[in-house]
Amino acid sequence: MHRTGELYGQFQTLEQQKESATLGMWVFLITEILFFGGLFMAYTVNRHAFPTAFGISGNMLSLRLGFGNTIVLIASSFTMAMSVWCAQTSRKKMVPIWLLLTLALGSVFLGIKVVEYKQKFDHHLIPGYHFDITYCANNPANCHLSGKDLDDERKEIKEGIEAEAEEAKKRGSVTPEEDGLIALNAHAQLYFSLYFGMTGLHALHMIIGAGLLLWLIYEGFKGRFDANYNTPVENIGLYWHFVDIVWIFLFPLLYLINRHLA
Amino acid sequence: MAEHSEHIVSPKIYGIVLAALLVGTYITVQAAKIDLGRWNIVLALTIAVTKMTLVILFFMHGKYSARRTKLIIASGFFWLAIMLVLTLADYTTRHAEPSRSQLVTPALNTPV
Repeated sequence: MHRTGELYGQFQTLEQQKESATLGMWVFLITEILFFGGLFMAYTVNRHAFPTAFGISGNMLSLRLGFGNTIVLIASSFTMAMSVWCAQTSRKKMVPIWLLLTLALGSVFLGIKVVEYKQKFDHHLIPGYHFDITYCANNPANCHLSGKDLDDERKEIKEGIEAEAEEAKKRGSVTPEEDGLIALNAHAQLYFSLYFGMTGLHALHMIIGAGLLLWLIYEGFKGRFDANYNTPVENIGLYWHFVDIVWIFLFPLLYLINRHLA
Repeated sequence: MAEHSEHIVSPKIYGIVLAALLVGTYITVQAAKIDLGRWNIVLALTIAVTKMTLVILFFMHGKYSARRTKLIIASGFFWLAIMLVLTLADYTTRHAEPSRSQLVTPALNTPV
């Protein structure tokens, strides 16, 4: 069926038809809010339980890459909003141009994410057998770490192990230093499991969004979207902005809490 | 074809919102470098909520939506709040001061 924006039988007015489409999209987005909400909940509870390990782990993320990605994603929301505006005002030719820009920015975001994931892999920060939170502190050359950053990281990890050793002692450990390191690694893996789970799910949403954009761009170049019919642009726009909002929360929560203080 | 009575947000407003979001991002990064103790997270989340509100109101046309749609949007956050508040109410009070009965029976007070 080729939809062009004519009135369907079940609606009385075009306005009502449009409103129903928007409403339906929002209902879907609310299920998404609760879907991500569960992960944010898990993150909050674990951060509350293991603040030391989570603080140290958060500092291992690259602030530069995270900040850059935030800028890129916010810019992509703007270009998405512009394509909706072009559709609403029947600037048919500009609709796919803005969508292409959105897709390009979304791809840059995913590309930076790949660089970040690769870096975590190199730094032994993928949860599992080879996970080692002390890897960069012990092999600074492999992590391009030197000077004050290295001193900060070593100091943090030392304090982290001591804090975990205190806890281990309370539990009756006879080898608190060793158990402290084990506990720090265990809790840091919790952080990185949540990090990869949350950013991975977010990235999956971006990939799905990129697929939807490809379809919109294809249809946009055929000149399908104008003031009379732009529901797909508008609704996929809502989805894209939602994914942006998730990142607006992921960025401060994962990257910024307990940053190395100047 | 009848004209839609939808509200069209102008590129000027989109531009202003974009600028506000970028400034917010810059502020949140700079604020994270200042030691404010527990207020760091409060400030970071306040900025994030402000940014989210801007995105919903303008990019997502929430401000110009039908009242029914607004109610649906608000309900989503209401349900999210129920999950967050009730769960945290539990987790943050689990290891609270032991009650009198637990003081006389220390075994009950041992964390599992």
